[in-house]
Amino acid sequence: MSKTQSLVVMLILALLVSACGAAPAAPADAPATAGESTGGDAAASGRCGDPSKLSESVSFYNWTDYLDPEVLNMFTAECGVKVVYDTYSSNEDLLAKMQAGATGYDLIIPSDYMVSIMIQLDMLKELDHANIPNLANIYPRFAEAPYDPGNVYTAPYQWGTTGIGYNEAEVGGIPDSWDYIFNPEVAQKFAGKMSLLNDQREVIGAALKYLGHSMNSVDPDELEAAKQTILAIKPYVATFDSDSFGDLLVSGDVIIGHGWSGGYFQDIYASDNENLGYVIPKEGGVIWTDNLAIPKTAPNPYTAEVLINYILDADIAAMITNFNYYASPVETAEPLILDEIKQDSGIYPSEETLAKMEFLRDLGEGTLLWDRIWTEIKSE
Amino acid sequence: MTAVPVSKIELKPTRRRVETLQILGLIGPTALYLLLFFVFPLLIVFVYSFLKRGVYGQLVWEFNVLNYVRVFDTLYLSILWRSFVLALLNTLVCLVLAYPFAYYIARVENARTRNLLLVLIMVPFWTNFLIRTYAWRVILANDGPINLILLNTGLISQPLQLIFTNFAVVVGLVYGYLPFMVLPLYAAIERIDFSLMEAASDLYANGWQAFRKVLFPLSMPGVIAGSILVFIPSLGAFVTPDLLGGAKTVMIGNLIQGQFLTSRDWPFGSAFSVLLMLMVLGATLIYFRKGGRTL
Repeated sequence: MSKTQSLVVMLILALLVSACGAAPAAPADAPATAGESTGGDAAASGRCGDPSKLSESVSFYNWTDYLDPEVLNMFTAECGVKVVYDTYSSNEDLLAKMQAGATGYDLIIPSDYMVSIMIQLDMLKELDHANIPNLANIYPRFAEAPYDPGNVYTAPYQWGTTGIGYNEAEVGGIPDSWDYIFNPEVAQKFAGKMSLLNDQREVIGAALKYLGHSMNSVDPDELEAAKQTILAIKPYVATFDSDSFGDLLVSGDVIIGHGWSGGYFQDIYASDNENLGYVIPKEGGVIWTDNLAIPKTAPNPYTAEVLINYILDADIAAMITNFNYYASPVETAEPLILDEIKQDSGIYPSEETLAKMEFLRDLGEGTLLWDRIWTEIKSE
Repeated sequence: MTAVPVSKIELKPTRRRVETLQILGLIGPTALYLLLFFVFPLLIVFVYSFLKRGVYGQLVWEFNVLNYVRVFDTLYLSILWRSFVLALLNTLVCLVLAYPFAYYIARVENARTRNLLLVLIMVPFWTNFLIRTYAWRVILANDGPINLILLNTGLISQPLQLIFTNFAVVVGLVYGYLPFMVLPLYAAIERIDFSLMEAASDLYANGWQAFRKVLFPLSMPGVIAGSILVFIPSLGAFVTPDLLGGAKTVMIGNLIQGQFLTSRDWPFGSAFSVLLMLMVLGATLIYFRKGGRTL
């Protein structure tokens, strides 16, 4: 083999290695071992179920940065079950991994519309309510959620909204309407300083809401109108970003942005800039719930139900919310949640605002039309 | 290895069997690995590309070629075209920047200095590509070092918009792929007999003519190898346009990724992948026909 040829081969190998490193979800996809803890022999307390039926360990597959690691240590200490913890960064990652045949997970946290898909694909096990008495702790509206009425397959974990993050001094007021993003005359003032989520359901959905339609519309005319609306303001968009929208607001690269409540709050509360805030637009927006669910292939379903019950306990649920600034569906946890979180209308919106919020639903065949509209928006 | 050299064994059939065993032992593990982790997944992609997407994104086993027909929609062809132009631009910029550099390294007399320069080219690979791309986000930011220096020296009064532009995408791609151009160029130039350049100037060729008629043609294998190595991966680039370009356009890479995750249309994503692979294969074949023979 000549020198050039061997160099070429070496370089192809190097390329492959670096290409692997650049895989789409690389930043958040690494398995988190921080939450892994070894079993202790502590006496089982009342919230550990029947100790004789518990498995030695339980595998928990959760979103990145979505749980106080201390909760897992406490569960291990109290119930003597080792928790193997792993993380993902989108519902689609979770589904792709489950569909590709991953079988070892006992507990997963899909969002509302993903719960519908997984139920349709027959991937979730029905919950035995006798093992989860803490289901009585949740607010009644979570017991009648449209994607899983009666909590047959899931128990709510946390919930939040999609809205607008802003720098009040730079924007010149609180942008409490989708007008600030989708009305070209208003949005042009933020040219090059505005971010949108890089997520077709959220961006097209918000434009539909601005136009007064449902965020789950599959009507071609309504979607075409939403596309035109987004194209009109696209020149003013600095970036489509679903990972670091909070950072961009704090660093000043953008002054107004579209993003998830908790993502903004984690960065806003960590910053000492008094001008930063998050608001739910008055037209309403997306409300979402992430849910604890057990895959049909789970090796330890009983222990997973015990862990669900543990997480729905008032003090544990409050610990989780005080850690990640997302609202808790556990009513009995309310007195234990920090006042700054409870009183923030961006985290706990008023009943009036809640009434205008919409859950994203799976679009079925409509997904293909949405994908085409999104590709057209991005290609223009 | 066995203690007895193969050539000492007299019995013919046994010798052949030993040879077969040796060959199997040498290539077997690699062949098995490639079969399991390359050929087999590729076959799955190929088969999926003829299936249908179910309502909930599952695979429906109804064989059809509609996925391939769909690729030829003008919307998707325009994405293919844009990715192609970006990859070509990246390749040309890399070539122009890398050539003088590779020439310089090849002409360095001191072997230690030369090796040091070559190692320096590889140094960036010690850090993950994603982290280096994020670093460019900091460098090009409105309050980043480039803007700070220009503002403080009074050259500009307003920060330049560098990040989230096409310029940033090209900067990021050229930065990422430059080493893949420099190394094959170096290898090709280093082997050239430079007395040919002297002969050219003896025959009254000026510097440009000597370069165009002698040096460049002789370095062609390196030019072609480098171009292929830069062009193919930048054709599928999607992290750089997303992070540095602000995800405002779709590249082939984004489109295929989206089919597998967001739209859950694995058959269409597979069909697009198969066509992309065929295109890349075509380019590689041209490489082996045009340049490979002279290597």
